[in-house]
Amino acid sequence: MPRTILPGFRLAMGCTLVYVGVIVLLPLAALVWQAADLGWARFVTVVTGERALAAFRVTVLAALGATAINAVFGLALAWALVRYDFPGKRLLDALVDVPFALPTAVAGVALTALFAGNGWYGQLLEPFGIKVAYAPLGIVAAMTFTSLPFVVRSVQPVLEDLTADVEEAAETLGAGQARIFASVIFPSIFPAFLAGCSLAFARSLGEFGAVIFIAGNQPFRTEIAALLVFIRLEEYDYPAAAAIASVMLGAAFLMLLAVNAIQLWSLRWTRSAS
Amino acid sequence: MSAKGRSRVGDGPVFRPVLLTLVMLGAALLIVGPLAIIFVEAFKAGLGVYLSNLAAPDTVHAIGLTVLTALVAVPVNVAFGIAAAWAIAKFEFPGKGLLTALVELPFSISPIVAGVAYLFVYGAQGWFGPTLDALGIKVMFAYPAIVLASLFVTAPFVAREILPVMQQQGSDEEEAALSLGASGWRTLWSVTLPNVRWALLYGAVLTNARVMGEFGAVSVVSGSIRGVTNTLPLQIELLYQDYNAAGAFAAATVLAGIALLTIVAKLIVERMDPDRTG
Repeated sequence: MPRTILPGFRLAMGCTLVYVGVIVLLPLAALVWQAADLGWARFVTVVTGERALAAFRVTVLAALGATAINAVFGLALAWALVRYDFPGKRLLDALVDVPFALPTAVAGVALTALFAGNGWYGQLLEPFGIKVAYAPLGIVAAMTFTSLPFVVRSVQPVLEDLTADVEEAAETLGAGQARIFASVIFPSIFPAFLAGCSLAFARSLGEFGAVIFIAGNQPFRTEIAALLVFIRLEEYDYPAAAAIASVMLGAAFLMLLAVNAIQLWSLRWTRSAS
Repeated sequence: MSAKGRSRVGDGPVFRPVLLTLVMLGAALLIVGPLAIIFVEAFKAGLGVYLSNLAAPDTVHAIGLTVLTALVAVPVNVAFGIAAAWAIAKFEFPGKGLLTALVELPFSISPIVAGVAYLFVYGAQGWFGPTLDALGIKVMFAYPAIVLASLFVTAPFVAREILPVMQQQGSDEEEAALSLGASGWRTLWSVTLPNVRWALLYGAVLTNARVMGEFGAVSVVSGSIRGVTNTLPLQIELLYQDYNAAGAFAAATVLAGIALLTIVAKLIVERMDPDRTG
């Protein structure tokens, strides 16, 4: 263990622990406590109720849809930003951060205005019978927007580190472009890509602000889990709110573990490759 | 390296323009469109209407409350971020990985879950609610709860920005300063913080943007009392539900402006600090 003469360990550590305890852990413990208070049988009844199950299904399906879109679009965007030079590249790179910087409520009203029947996009889509605002697709659109940067920002640095020589070697061996991408490039960016997708999915599962404006919020059809928690609170049904929120908390922990496992794997991957 | 002019995978005469066009189109529709419509809708009825929408008493109050929240939450989380980064970057101790994970935990938690969790601590049915109530201290559905929820959602921002920089720089300069007789605080102030200043600044800017824009967690704990506990994002929702789209978009331009400034700050920080990654 390397020794250091730096002071302030106890103070810094003490402040950090107390702060994390009071600001982060205490509320989460209170939530779990409240849910546990229900007892297992009632907890299960609440979280497997028809409306709760429908809300979980809507949330997971929409998050999967949004993640699929961002997997493809994010990879293409990262590819363009790393591999190509074109006018407006720096601007495009900066624009990728907009969904993180823009408050979710602002994104929600903006997307709703765009996709409403008389909006810029809605006008073009509704003649084809495609309804986005106040429909399940609206939830997908909102989640796609708010989780857009994850895949790009995860893949970008790894793609940047890829050198040309492996590709050249594959080329001299007679591999075509598609073959080189599939068997040389994609495997090296895959862990980062998967981590980005998981982060996007996790974010989408918990998204609230952007979704509630555009979703229409009909129970069983366009009601997400986060909104159901909010509705149960407004009905003063605190145990139900606690139960559904703890399921969301559990899902967040599982996603966190998954992302960490992927990142560890990716670290080992890049180390063994170099 | 790609400047050598040698063709690499994906540089084909058809693939490249097609991919670039699709990416540009996607970015225009998904990112530029939402930004543009905020300003178009806000200014649709002219500058005069826009300004009078912004000057509506409840909106002005919401802006004030939002600024007041950031004034407390940002410095507190900057201090926390420095303390956490100091402990994690400069010392070895068991459980370091766990502590880092705990500091980053709020990133992974839905804002709604955070809001509900706070309700169960400080609300009437929560752990401390009845005691606080008996003492006449109002936390829930008031300013303190708004600040607490904002602290939760932005707790990791500063630490996350400065930690990698501190870890990369090591402790040599600090040790030199200490051996020359500088006190610990002096070393922190004149050696460590200047070394991480750009990351610190960007962390603070990000914290500020998120505090001012937080919706889910604050909407649970604030009670959204019109003209009392409505922050700016909540005010946007309220105006929108009142079918006052022009008012909602006028308020939204303020937050969109802060978001754009945040991105400009990132560009500046990256330019000032070229070896910064990510």
